[in-house]
Amino acid sequence: MTTTTEQHKSDEIGKDLIVYVCLLALAGLQFVIAYQNIDGSQMFWRMLVVAGVEAGLAELFFMHLWSEKRAFLLFVVIFTVSVLLGMQYGWTDSFRMVTGAPFSH
Amino acid sequence: MEGHSTGVTVGPAFAFPTKKLAMWLFIIADTMTFAACLVAYGFLRNGTPNWPRPFHSITNVALMTFILLTSSLTMLIGLRSARAGDKAGAFRWIMITAALGVVFALLHVREWLELIDQGMRLFKNPWGTGLFGASFFSITGLHLTHVTCGVIALVTVGVRYKGGRYNADDIEVLGLYWHFVDLVWMFVVPLVYLLNLTH
Repeated sequence: MTTTTEQHKSDEIGKDLIVYVCLLALAGLQFVIAYQNIDGSQMFWRMLVVAGVEAGLAELFFMHLWSEKRAFLLFVVIFTVSVLLGMQYGWTDSFRMVTGAPFSH
Repeated sequence: MEGHSTGVTVGPAFAFPTKKLAMWLFIIADTMTFAACLVAYGFLRNGTPNWPRPFHSITNVALMTFILLTSSLTMLIGLRSARAGDKAGAFRWIMITAALGVVFALLHVREWLELIDQGMRLFKNPWGTGLFGASFFSITGLHLTHVTCGVIALVTVGVRYKGGRYNADDIEVLGLYWHFVDLVWMFVVPLVYLLNLTH
């Protein structure tokens, strides 16, 4: 194995280590949020944002999406986000179950 | 029509290796499956007033998270080694990843057994609505199935890579799957565990 290859490999592993430490820190942050004295919805949104950032980092750097062609990156992001947003249509029903209005009785 | 006889070269979609594209399409489809489960879970949790909060400690889930994140790093090092032509190193790191996957699965099973021991079943539990058990076991069970399949795939691909039947591209494809399993866990932990802690 050449020295250049070794150097390139250790450079890439160094970059992976930085992303790994960031992911560990973000995962730790979720645990800190879990013990904050805030209401459930605030806690949910904070954790969801942190999880989203974690997922973005993992996809872009661990799954190498950042180094793929831009067309493919856009395809994955736009398609996935569209379907995920499409799944959110039922929340009004969920809140209606809580409030018991207007048709639950 | 034979491509080489006409001189026409048809490139793969997105100029992507076919196996990698297939794995990405699987991952996108699987994202929908997990998202549907988590959205359904959120729907039920939001609409059920007496939702149970059975988790007293975060030690086990924190350890599981650490192990899974670390396994993603070891998978990456395995891939880097394979790309650099270090076959023995790549095999070693893939096997370490598989071992971490096994430890994660064992911790998961231990946690399940503790909850079952406390009286939690698929449709009933001592703390509140029975929907909790169904949703908890479904989501974590689906994830555990993915981890188990991943471990089997890691060992299979690792051994075949060592034997010369697979190459670094196959390890990259498998790595995509393993990182995806890790990525899903990042959403399962806050929604299923941390929001259900007893304070």
